Amino acid sequence: MLKKRIIPTLLLRNGRMVKGINFDNFRDTGDPIFASRVYNSQYVDELVFLDIDATNEGRRTNAKIIAEVSKECFMPLTIGGGVSSVEIIRELLNNGADKVVINSAAYTDSDLIRKGANRFGSQCIVLGIDVKKEDGAFILYKNSGRTRCDISLKDHIKNMVECGVGEIFVNNISNDGVMQGYDLDLINKVTDLVNIPVIACGGAGNFQHLVDAYKGTNVSGLAMASIYHFGDNNPIRARAHLMNNQIPIKSV
Amino acid sequence: MIGILDYGMGNLRSVKNSLDFLFLENTIVSNPEDFKNITHLIIPGVGAFPEAIENIKNGSFHQPILDFAKEGNPILGICLGMQLLASFGEEVERTAGLGLIPGRVILMNPKDLTIPHIGWNGLSYLKAHPIFDGVKKGADLYFVHSYYFKTENDNNILCETTYGDKFPSVVVNDLGNVVGMQYHPEKSQKQGLKILENFSRMEKC
Repeated sequence: MLKKRIIPTLLLRNGRMVKGINFDNFRDTGDPIFASRVYNSQYVDELVFLDIDATNEGRRTNAKIIAEVSKECFMPLTIGGGVSSVEIIRELLNNGADKVVINSAAYTDSDLIRKGANRFGSQCIVLGIDVKKEDGAFILYKNSGRTRCDISLKDHIKNMVECGVGEIFVNNISNDGVMQGYDLDLINKVTDLVNIPVIACGGAGNFQHLVDAYKGTNVSGLAMASIYHFGDNNPIRARAHLMNNQIPIKSV
Repeated sequence: MIGILDYGMGNLRSVKNSLDFLFLENTIVSNPEDFKNITHLIIPGVGAFPEAIENIKNGSFHQPILDFAKEGNPILGICLGMQLLASFGEEVERTAGLGLIPGRVILMNPKDLTIPHIGWNGLSYLKAHPIFDGVKKGADLYFVHSYYFKTENDNNILCETTYGDKFPSVVVNDLGNVVGMQYHPEKSQKQGLKILENFSRMEKC
């Protein structure tokens, strides 16, 4: 049977790893390559790297980190941030990425999703969506949470699935870094809309939050960062807690 | 010397990185003459079936692969590389495959489960094969695919995996030298690396 995934997320800024609260107030959390090595030794299921300034600074995604990490971490590697052309997708995949996350560019260039999926396969095109809950409604934001988008969550996801995305990586900005648990309503809303795997991010503060999200939704994978940066926690303990709660987890 | 077939369909680098990590001698096979220098062949691949077969034909790799297999040399097909071993594929349009293992490649239909099948899943072993020596029973491996290899004969199935229904996740030819796996051993951490190491030790049949 297919297992539920534990996916540490590494936010990149100026070659360092950082973590903030609600996409703001970032703190340095170390060297991303060293962190990847540690996560690898802890048998995490996948790693997601997000170059959070690339779009806003108008620069290409940092491909070097993927090239380095892929030499020693033999697991799926996903990278996003500033993915705005087929050429960048190709560069990232050639440097060892298995999947790319496309977020801001998806709002203005649906053709990028279509071309990327046709050329490299849907399985490597992940739609990233950042959401804030405002007056009970889920509002989409792009450019690392800076720009509000007009399109509804439902319409955006439907369009993107039609264009061929293979997976969705959804983050609730309001929950990000707050460590008070995932937004199960948001996750359920997204999984109900699609028949492709959904990875959720934003809010993990303890291992019970992971259990709650896996028991309360059909999410395929959970991504997290603060829980490992700012506490005495690691993926091995997360795995043990999930197993003790009958969540199917990879056997190593 | 392990050859990694470069036919323009994706992730050679991950396969090369894993062989380098294991200190296994390897080389990229980018034209038909390179077959002279190799003892083992890995066919990696990510992408769509018709384009992959077209690239293999355009690169004049088709006959060298068939000859290499016929001579009993070990061949490992990974993901799309596994699917190409089939008689034909039905992704996009019906396309003839390499025909090394009888069967066809069709879309998964896992009822109410999501497609692609992405993530870590286990194997149930139907037959023994040296490629699994020392691999932990019950280990999960990394899958990412929407199509699967439906073999014509059950005796070509080494392992099955359950996703909704059971599907063949590792296939082998009658001689035992051509193996195809749907998951990515090069992305499956310790157990995946063990499989690649075992492949490097397979001898000519």
